[in-house]
Amino acid sequence: MLFLFSVVGVDSQGLNVLYPGPEPMKGSILMQATRIDRKFEQTRAENRAAFVSFVMAGDPDEATADAILAGLPAAGADVIELGMPFSDPMADGVAIQLAGQRALAAGMTLEKTLAMVARFRKQDDQTPIVLMGYYNPIYIYGVERFVEEAVNVGVDGLIVVDLPAEEDAELCLPALKAGLNFIRLTTPTTDNHRLETVLNNTSGFVYYVSMTGITGAEIKNRAAVGEAVQRIKSHTQLPVAVGFGIKTPEDAALIGKYADGVVVGSALVSAVETSLIEGKASANTASDVHKLVEALSQGAKRARS
Amino acid sequence: MSEVMVNSLRQGPDEAGKFGIFGGRFVAETLMPLILDLEKAYRAAQKDPEFLSEMDDLRTHFAGRPSPLYFAERMTKELGGAKIYFKREDLNHTGSHKLNNCLGQILLAKRMGKTRIIAETGAGQHGVATATVCARFGLPCTVFMGATDVERQMPNVLRMKMLGAEVRPVTAGAGTLKDAMNEALRDWVTNVDTTYYLIGTAAGPHPYPEMVRDFQRVIGEEIRAQIMEEEGRLPDALVACIGGGSNAIGTFYDFLDEPGVQIFGAEAGGHGLDTETGHAASMTGGRPGVLHGNRTYLLQDKDGQIIEGHSISAGLDYPGVGPEHAFLRDSKRVNYVPVTDNEALDAFMACTKFEGIIPALESAHGLAHVMKLAPEMDKDKIIVLCLSGRGDKDVESVGKHLGMAL
Repeated sequence: MLFLFSVVGVDSQGLNVLYPGPEPMKGSILMQATRIDRKFEQTRAENRAAFVSFVMAGDPDEATADAILAGLPAAGADVIELGMPFSDPMADGVAIQLAGQRALAAGMTLEKTLAMVARFRKQDDQTPIVLMGYYNPIYIYGVERFVEEAVNVGVDGLIVVDLPAEEDAELCLPALKAGLNFIRLTTPTTDNHRLETVLNNTSGFVYYVSMTGITGAEIKNRAAVGEAVQRIKSHTQLPVAVGFGIKTPEDAALIGKYADGVVVGSALVSAVETSLIEGKASANTASDVHKLVEALSQGAKRARS
Repeated sequence: MSEVMVNSLRQGPDEAGKFGIFGGRFVAETLMPLILDLEKAYRAAQKDPEFLSEMDDLRTHFAGRPSPLYFAERMTKELGGAKIYFKREDLNHTGSHKLNNCLGQILLAKRMGKTRIIAETGAGQHGVATATVCARFGLPCTVFMGATDVERQMPNVLRMKMLGAEVRPVTAGAGTLKDAMNEALRDWVTNVDTTYYLIGTAAGPHPYPEMVRDFQRVIGEEIRAQIMEEEGRLPDALVACIGGGSNAIGTFYDFLDEPGVQIFGAEAGGHGLDTETGHAASMTGGRPGVLHGNRTYLLQDKDGQIIEGHSISAGLDYPGVGPEHAFLRDSKRVNYVPVTDNEALDAFMACTKFEGIIPALESAHGLAHVMKLAPEMDKDKIIVLCLSGRGDKDVESVGKHLGMAL
């Protein structure tokens, strides 16, 4: 029953626990496999890495972002991370900072991000969507309302950079309860002891950050990434996706050898940026992103062949 | 120093780093192991007589503490009400209270074996204090400073450079303190193994708000002893300016459980609270949110995007505030009041002309509130203002504002 493992963490005794809180968990949470679980099942069966693409909601404008999003699955994206723009993205490099600023300047909000997912779901009910961003816009939107609407529009998981395990009560537990996956980042600074804390309540997949650094920086030691993925896998049944610093099909092929998923973000939003004419979307914006996704996803997919 | 009682307002933070709902540890996972280590190192240091005696020695011989409590006789007479005292943090080495915190944190960084220091700065006072302790202890130092602030605080930029620090101007956003803090956090995430982030205010993820407060509470403890010596009783009111709020929490902390002492924090009211994006009064004009590692009052729009603060003072134009202040606001123990740019300018000039003390523009915000309070109070009442820094850095920009010709 892989589905079981996918939604639960493994605690230090090797027992399956959803979370150590006082409330007993509801059976329905356990049984519900998400689109994320099913997608990784599929890529595992195909003996290949999943290609996870990150784009920023509303970048460079809502209509173009819709077109980018709509074409991602056909271009080779197995999982989509959709950035929720934030004014102060502390963990992001310049490329994603600028993507967020473009989106905000074009009037993007969290409400519109959810609406964007709803439109996508009308034509695609298979490709998992993970919303990624920072906590404050969600906190201001209202956690309860956000979680409920996210489920309703067809969001599958959340990655919230500034919510470590210590703050699980804020959003992680309500999200799990509602049936969303809560995907946590693990980093080179996460030692084995800490890893137990991080994996507890993590579901969907584990996102390994390839370096100590911000998005779009250089991976200093590729061999160490492989070792780290193996180390994490010895602690969990969840798929492990690797992100930060993957920019070329060759990078994707290398990382895809041992990771269950390869995440690319900065390179894609940079493609948006270079396609712009006088700051506005051009006829090529969506297709440029899709071409890059094709090339990168081919890299990830041929990694083990 | 007074004892902590049951129902004390001085019991925070709890184990999760919370003051009521405020505070916490809202940071990326990369930083979590480090801030947990930092907390451990801090707890150990607090109990280590060697650490405490080194702090004492540095405070006495390097910083020049205790700083004087000064009776502002002419301003008292001019305003015609309560007696006004200044706690002279402007006479602390480097020219502000910022050094108090830097001394504590640099000793901690050394204990933790860190070999590089980073800091953010707004007005440059914290940057200078950090560059100073790094020079004193021989550690390389990088200070992140908004490009706008680099322009308006040039003397401090030069001081930092002379002290051996690298000053990195940050052009993102409006190029002020918030952007400098984002960039410092990005550097920290990247160089987490070697680098200690010396945060300058009582904000950020736990344990920083507690730690910075503890290193600054010497201000209030000295005030207590000095006013007892001078007047034989506690003051009726305490006033300090608030950006992030480190001089204020240091001033207030020892008096939180003294109901007879009214406490006021002066926020940057900029062009006035009715001007959106025209002020930096996060507690009178903002609402709770999460930024830079903690939940606190923030200037933000209805979608939770952070708004750039404005203040004539580069040290106060931060859109947030330390979480303990947010707690003290909601518990109504401290009264937070906005002070406009113009009121601060008036106070700046009044202090300079009547007392022969050029105050930092930040401290002038506190003084402006004192100038409102004092005339309303009887002559036998006592107000203590934390004069948090000296204004040498501001003379050029104030001169420009007032249209003074050379």
